[in-house]
Amino acid sequence: MATFTLPKNSTVQPGKVFQAEAGATNVRSFKIYRFDPDSGENPRMDTYEIDLDKCGPMVLDALIKIKNEVDTTLTFRRSCREGICGSCSMNIDGLNTLACLKPIEDVTGEVRINPLPHMPVVKDLVPDLSHIYAQLTSIQPWLKSDTAPPPDGERLQSKEERAKLDGLWECILCFCCSTACPSYWWNGDRYLGPAVLLQAYRWIADSRDEATGDRLDQLQDPFRLYRCHTIMNCARTCPKGLNPAQAIGEIKMLLAEREG
Amino acid sequence: MSDRQTRLQTPLRRVRGFGSAKNGTHHWWMQRVTSIALLPLTLWFAFSIAARAGDRWEVMAEWIARPFNAVLLIVLIAVGFYHTASGLQVVVEDYIRPDRSVMAINMAIKAVLTLLGLLAALSVIRLAV
Repeated sequence: MATFTLPKNSTVQPGKVFQAEAGATNVRSFKIYRFDPDSGENPRMDTYEIDLDKCGPMVLDALIKIKNEVDTTLTFRRSCREGICGSCSMNIDGLNTLACLKPIEDVTGEVRINPLPHMPVVKDLVPDLSHIYAQLTSIQPWLKSDTAPPPDGERLQSKEERAKLDGLWECILCFCCSTACPSYWWNGDRYLGPAVLLQAYRWIADSRDEATGDRLDQLQDPFRLYRCHTIMNCARTCPKGLNPAQAIGEIKMLLAEREG
Repeated sequence: MSDRQTRLQTPLRRVRGFGSAKNGTHHWWMQRVTSIALLPLTLWFAFSIAARAGDRWEVMAEWIARPFNAVLLIVLIAVGFYHTASGLQVVVEDYIRPDRSVMAINMAIKAVLTLLGLLAALSVIRLAV
């Protein structure tokens, strides 16, 4: 059966409290998931009180401030701080999003921060993404064409054909959507999940790609594709405003059309 | 998902697994088709039965025996049980492990629902013929 409760060694315990410095006026609490596999201890929720008057506006600013000034052991991924690299995806206030795009002001009360749900945790807010990266590799996310490109230029595409990629190319592979999907939680070992399926459709929809049939063959599977039950958490959580469920629906319709 | 951290296979080996089953489209499509067919059928059935609430057995049997009603009832039974079976199959595939139990449970569900469907259809036919 699918597991609905956490195993004993994953139960989250109350953690330490780091109080704001004296004289701070605009204090906000950040409750952050902490887990260190080397310690052998259960995960815990540490509380950091931060003076927002001395902190940038985004949740990522607070995380960086905590790491720089309060607790250097706090571990998280970040890079571009402007919503294009997809590194700082995490669960903030119950919704998967990018810490760099999430204003602290949008959260009422204490700011609860957890790693992306239902992934193995490497440390603190860093999930193990090796399985989902392998899933991305498996759909071969690159242009496949047996016809050589014209010797004097690039492969041509009409404006209408190019427009079909809008809403697909913007994906930054932060995996907020896949890790928000209950179907991916229960069957992520075989279900490819919304992020990878949107990528698959990005290449199916590309007029220059010649491997559409092979790509559809690879997806036509009760588990790889048809675990999507249009729960729509993917579209709700996407920090880039994309709709992976719609891309999955397009793949299903193409497969149905192919059957005739 | 937990055992994938301990096994020695590469992540790509586990993702590729046995490859694509190359099916699922028919099942998905039929689920959509039967659900749309059930919309008018269920409404017709619910309103017809509600309108005859409290009728005596002989009146009810005579109503079922009319060709139009008998045919629609048999279609409702066939489509309804088919839809139930394919819906339950999805639930089982979602939540049951390991895969061999899924196969066994799905076969059992289909066997039971086929018997129930035949029983219901035969009941209508006996009244109608």
